[in-house]
Amino acid sequence: MSDPRELYQQVIIEHNKKPRNYGDLECCTHHAHGLNPLCGDDIVLKVVVADGIVQDIRFTGQGCAISKASSSLMTVNVKGKPLAEAELMVEQFREMIRGTLDTAVDPNILGRLSLFQSVKNLPSRVKCAVLPWATLASALHGDEIVSTE
Amino acid sequence: MTTATLPLDVARIRQDFPALTTPFHGKPLIYLDSAVSALTPRPVVDRVSHYQSFEHTNVHRGVSTLSQEATDRFEEAREKVRAFINAPSAAQIIWTRGTTESVNLVAQTFGRAQVKTGDEILLSAMEHHSNIVPWQLLAEEKGAKIRVIPMNDAGELILDDLESLLTERTRILCVTHVSNVLGTINPVKEIIRRAHAKGVPVLVDGAQGAPHLAVDVADLDADFYVFSGHKMSGPTGIGVLYGRRELLEAMPPWQGGGSMILSVTWEKTTFCGLPTKFEAGTPAIAQAIGLGAAIDYLQGIGLDRIGAHEHDLLAYATERCATIPGLRIIGQAKAKASVLSFVLDDIHPHDIGSILDHEGIVVRAGHHCAQPVMERFRIPATTRASFSYFNTREEIDALVSGILKVQEIFK
Repeated sequence: MSDPRELYQQVIIEHNKKPRNYGDLECCTHHAHGLNPLCGDDIVLKVVVADGIVQDIRFTGQGCAISKASSSLMTVNVKGKPLAEAELMVEQFREMIRGTLDTAVDPNILGRLSLFQSVKNLPSRVKCAVLPWATLASALHGDEIVSTE
Repeated sequence: MTTATLPLDVARIRQDFPALTTPFHGKPLIYLDSAVSALTPRPVVDRVSHYQSFEHTNVHRGVSTLSQEATDRFEEAREKVRAFINAPSAAQIIWTRGTTESVNLVAQTFGRAQVKTGDEILLSAMEHHSNIVPWQLLAEEKGAKIRVIPMNDAGELILDDLESLLTERTRILCVTHVSNVLGTINPVKEIIRRAHAKGVPVLVDGAQGAPHLAVDVADLDADFYVFSGHKMSGPTGIGVLYGRRELLEAMPPWQGGGSMILSVTWEKTTFCGLPTKFEAGTPAIAQAIGLGAAIDYLQGIGLDRIGAHEHDLLAYATERCATIPGLRIIGQAKAKASVLSFVLDDIHPHDIGSILDHEGIVVRAGHHCAQPVMERFRIPATTRASFSYFNTREEIDALVSGILKVQEIFK
């Protein structure tokens, strides 16, 4: 296992403390509830998609620093993006965590999200990082409850 | 002089646990998670290995010497369990897969026969899911109600109104001997006395009690006492249901199959007496013998000395942790056994667990299969260190340093 400091970098600690796009949306076009029963991570994600663009996205819930920072950074990164790009990001994030995509070498659109690459060295925490992305995928595909168990 | 006044030779005991002398993430392993599952000492591993290598065949079958000897070893282990909890007879020791299966067995046999629509099942507020969910399933099936004995902020059961919770509809009271989250040692003898005064039988979940306290089911006057092998240095896959004889005899069988029958015809099957009535199929033989070896091992060290050592570790850890700003201990009962749960600032226990893991320190982080306890204290999870006879004060110092490191990272 790598040093946890590699994962618990300042950006993650900071997003955990002050998560972006945290809160409820009164109206949304897509929503889903994500649960990680092992950790007790629990997020509700609401998304507004119009004209093929993710116009707005917000989350509420509770969880560990990894899941909270991952949720926060995800919302920052998909907001304002075309739907197809958001879907591609979901796919690439999962590949990065699985270890089949190396952000340093392989072409990708993950940008800062590559911060989470070292989660792949902490197998017990993979589900925490992936939870918001799995929840986003469910919201976009119309599944209301998703569990990473 | 009792043996409790002699300190444990912890350095010698640690030699029996290969995991403790093998580097983990390049550091010594500090195992503070015995409440989830205890490490297995070498004599237990060796006994299981020896049985499986040289003595194994099926039990209670055939006329071969090998089968007779396997049966004898298996039944000797049952007798060791009987003596360990001071049960009147080995016939009242039923092998199960573990505490969970023991509770399910009671719920599905005793419970199904006794609980009717509108009846009540009384549980304590600090039960593990394994002593909640089997009763909820039964209550659902029967249209019965679950009622709960509350607890205070220190994590002690509030027993003032116990008599009013024990109504004429109460069919069973289920309570844990020691809370797996809070460490609280419940006054089960008193609870049993008061329940019996109202004619209500009591099931005690001893999963965390049996490894740390000298259990005497006769003195407690328990109707059912259930526990697991792996939490007391034995193998997984083996557990115990102790029951009062008249209750066990009146209960219908649970699972049907080989071993538990006297005769089978298409018209009618007659069942064995205790304990085999409840032991359908080939049992976990090596695991039962391993549990017997674990009991020998613990008794060889001395249960009173184990209790005294663990109590010292808990007192030391409590004192050290109290000096950490932002750390709050969950569970501050006057009577506690070797479990220390805490929350730290607003740092999630899983983050704490991951960072401690890197320091080679194994703790449990989460809801500990006791979500109603988390809800009672309005927290999502805790970090829990649990202590055993092979742990040392130096390991607790390492835990404290690890916690300070977590705070440093989350500063």
